[in-house]
Amino acid sequence: MDMYAILQVTWWLLLGVLLIGLATMVGMDMGVGTILRYVGRSDIERRVALNIIGPHWDGNQVWFILGGGAVFAAFPLIYATAFSGFYVVMLLLLWSMIMRPLGFEYRSKIDNPRWRNVWDWALFISGFVPMIVFGAAIGNLFRGVPFQFNWNLTSTYTGSFLGLLNPFAILCGVLSLCLSVYMGSVMLMNRSEGDIHARSRGLARLASLLSIVLFAIGGIWVHAMKGFVRTGGPLAGTAQTPLQQSVQLADGAWLSNFNAHPVLWLVPAIGFAALICGHLAAAGNRSHLAWWLGALSWLGVIGTAGVALFPFLLPSVSHPAQSLTVWNASSSQLTLTWMLGFALVFVPLVVWYTSWAFYVMRGKVSAEHVASDEHAY
Amino acid sequence: MHDPSVVDLSRLQFALTALYHYLFVPLTLGMSFMLAAMETVYVVTRKSIYKQMAQFWGKLFLINFALGVATGLTMEFEFGTNWSFYSSFVGDIFGAPLAIEGLMAFFLESTMVGLMVFGWHKLKAGQHLAVTYLVALGSNLSALWILVANAFMQDPAGAHFNPATMRMELASLPQLIFNHDAQAKFVHTSIAGYVTAAIFVAGVSAFYLIRHRHTELARRSFRMAALFGVLATAGVITLGDALGFIGAQAQPTKLAAMEGLWKTEKAPMPFNLIAFPSQKDETNHGQIQVPYVLSLLVTHSTDGTVPGVDVLKKNAAARIENGIPAVEALQKLSADPGNSQAMAQFKAHEDDLGYGFLVQRYAPDVSQATPAQIQKAAKDSIPEVAPVFWSFRIMVALGLAMLAFFVMAVIYTMRNNVQHKRWFLKIAVWMIPVPFLANEAGWVVAELGRQPWTVYGMLPTWMSASTHSLGYMIFSIIGFVALYTAFIIVEMYLMVRAIKQGPTPIDSQPTLGGNDNPALAHAEA
Ligand code: HDD
Ligand code: HEM
Ligand code: HEM
Repeated sequence: MDMYAILQVTWWLLLGVLLIGLATMVGMDMGVGTILRYVGRSDIERRVALNIIGPHWDGNQVWFILGGGAVFAAFPLIYATAFSGFYVVMLLLLWSMIMRPLGFEYRSKIDNPRWRNVWDWALFISGFVPMIVFGAAIGNLFRGVPFQFNWNLTSTYTGSFLGLLNPFAILCGVLSLCLSVYMGSVMLMNRSEGDIHARSRGLARLASLLSIVLFAIGGIWVHAMKGFVRTGGPLAGTAQTPLQQSVQLADGAWLSNFNAHPVLWLVPAIGFAALICGHLAAAGNRSHLAWWLGALSWLGVIGTAGVALFPFLLPSVSHPAQSLTVWNASSSQLTLTWMLGFALVFVPLVVWYTSWAFYVMRGKVSAEHVASDEHAY
Repeated sequence: MHDPSVVDLSRLQFALTALYHYLFVPLTLGMSFMLAAMETVYVVTRKSIYKQMAQFWGKLFLINFALGVATGLTMEFEFGTNWSFYSSFVGDIFGAPLAIEGLMAFFLESTMVGLMVFGWHKLKAGQHLAVTYLVALGSNLSALWILVANAFMQDPAGAHFNPATMRMELASLPQLIFNHDAQAKFVHTSIAGYVTAAIFVAGVSAFYLIRHRHTELARRSFRMAALFGVLATAGVITLGDALGFIGAQAQPTKLAAMEGLWKTEKAPMPFNLIAFPSQKDETNHGQIQVPYVLSLLVTHSTDGTVPGVDVLKKNAAARIENGIPAVEALQKLSADPGNSQAMAQFKAHEDDLGYGFLVQRYAPDVSQATPAQIQKAAKDSIPEVAPVFWSFRIMVALGLAMLAFFVMAVIYTMRNNVQHKRWFLKIAVWMIPVPFLANEAGWVVAELGRQPWTVYGMLPTWMSASTHSLGYMIFSIIGFVALYTAFIIVEMYLMVRAIKQGPTPIDSQPTLGGNDNPALAHAEA
């Protein structure tokens, strides 16, 4: 393989890293939002839960923002085609997400039950909706999306909003929601005591069990689905447009990468193993371990989807030959090179100071702390 | 094909959301540095009044910050959702600064802001100060990268068109970053943010001084704001001049619109202080002129001339005719990338490709373009003069007014008698909206003056939008308006309430430093 193709694959891997980071970090905060009303029965309990992630939600959210920026820089055609094609769903995602910053910053500023109740619902919506959409979007990649290009690569989406809400996509959406609830619960277990801790533990066990079941059903389902196969076109690592390749649909084709390289079965195996161990760790109150196992399950789940789809990024059901792949949707070699340089310098730096922030804020958060600290949410 | 009303609605939505985002950005940019300055004084002198200042202004900062973050989030994805063709056409270049902004700036700012709020009792005084500085650094770095991206749209440096991928690609990252427009824009825009914060702090402090509340905190805050503000305003005006100078070379059509310049005249050219431009008649109905000044301002000499709309339109028509063969060749290359004859034709005309696109709006098959259609497209190449002209004058007038205000503020505060000048304090309160207006006006000049291009001279706006249905656009605009209206009401309510409540009294605050506070010491795991 030449340099350009290696860079393209590297960026495909980095995209995976980013998605796993996003799902783990933002997913955790959204999980807390989703379960806030359940784990916190009184106002002070809800404030404890919010203050546990209070110092971190904004930094975590940048994983999501960077997800947008990095797809833009590394795979501009995906950024352009997917986000405009999924227009209504994207807006629901964004509108629900932008309630979160206000929910955190404004909720506890006024001591009025009705005011706080409204923001608690806002935090629920902005945790629940985005995680469903996130999973459903990945689910839709397996079925393909109806879009096409004209001669100068103007894309047109020809499907409807409801078409995106098909059963497989919903299954993936619920799986993603369960994983986020699991991560949120174990984070709360980590930093809380008493009732909140106990309720979170129950939820973590339930969510991990459900995730195992859903992940298994999804796996079986994919066997029976039509997958896409690239049958011709310019080689990997040559400059090309999506107008030059040929693609066919075939039953079970999403398993062809696994069949060709059986070692790849390890990826879903990691997902299952991490979920099972995570369930046990949560039951045994090993919340730290359970958190890391949750991150590992995300790696297994997202990795499985990535391996199945490779080299496809956004298949077109209406015009399969115009499907977007790692080879025809990436940036130029120069851009990928520069961006790799920036990523190699800054990603470790980000991980380092994020860890420091978690270290500084370590320890249990209790009702007394929240009530006596005027900076608390 | 693009529905023209969908393009217009996409523009409307982008302008609404971006201008709205920009209501919160300048205050963040400037306030973060003012907080750092206050906290520095506290750490050096250990006078608790400065800690009280940092915490009080910090509270207002956060109310503003939340909405800045929320509205920025939608902007990050709006290029993809609504400017799909733009995103694929220049994403290879434009995406890079956006991604770097996330990696280098947003992570830093957002992670540190959490520690700034929650870290008062967990960090040592010096550590907390460093965290506050990192917030300021992060937010200003974010301005740098987004303005590098924006400057590419104003003056596309460091890029070329690649027929093999049918898009523009990066030729040189250093050229993209060290674009003169980007440098001048960054300094002008971020300092405009400092002006905004200075006016805000001065105005709120004046409100307390008028009511004789929190006078100690208000007097000190006012003085700091006055000194910070006078320097910043002088900086904004100097850089604004530089920006005009650079812009004149890169975007002559924007300059002509800013100055209401329909006819090219001999040097030295007069400056239109006031004019009533008419796009239809291509002339000003009534104007007040100052001789010599335009040549001086724009070319920094008395014998420089500036091209007017008449000359610019003629140039555009010629470039459109030259661009038509480039579009034709590209269409052939799309079907058959190996066509060497088409490639040669493309290479001969590629500099004017964007102008070819300009006429494609009227002649989908460019080879059939009539002279009338070419003239129409040439007329399109001139932005709407009146709003650009007036926005520019509003910005400059408000800038000069703020300079006068700060000069007086410095004089009074140095003489220590500002608390007795009630009329001046009242003016200070009324000044609060002024910098926000100037900032918005500045963006209208920059963005409306760039029309009809999204990437100047390369990509027309009419092609850039996503191919949505009208219904989708109406749905999304209604959604944004409803949500954003609710947000601003809540934000203003909380802001006013926090200002009325005022700072927390010093003696009820625990002291800064370490985990020594018994009420807050957390159980170690
Ligand atoms: C990185 C790119 C970028 C950046 C930093 C900005 N804009 Fe912009 N702006 C665009 C990219 C853009 C655009 C996508 O290219 C638009 C949409 C239609 C157009 O012609 O340009 C545009 C249009 C546009 C319009 C409408 C112009 C018209 O209707 O013709 C306004 C008023 C603004 N913008 C204002 C802003 C403000 C207040 C910004 C500060 C936050 C801002 N822009 C930053
Ligand atoms: C139109 C293009 C723009 C996009 C896509 C964009 C994107 C964003 C995003 C995603 C955030 C939230 C970051 C977080 O979570 O911390 C944000 C915030 C911010 N942006 Fe923008 N932005 C744009 C324009 C600008 C401009 C022109 C400036 C400065 C000159 C700017 C300065 C800032 C600052 C200082 C913040 C920090 C939070 C705040 O606003 O209070 N942005 N922006
Ligand atoms: C009196 C002096 C001023 C002059 C001569 C001046 C000049 C300019 C010019 C020429 C532009 C257009 C840049 C372009 O070509 O795209 C601009 C943009 C802008 N101005 Fe000013 N300006 C002045 C004062 C101010 C003040 C007081 C503020 C705000 C407090 C401000 C905020 C802005 C902003 C936010 C922009 C848009 C961003 C940019 O293009 O840099 N300006 N200014």
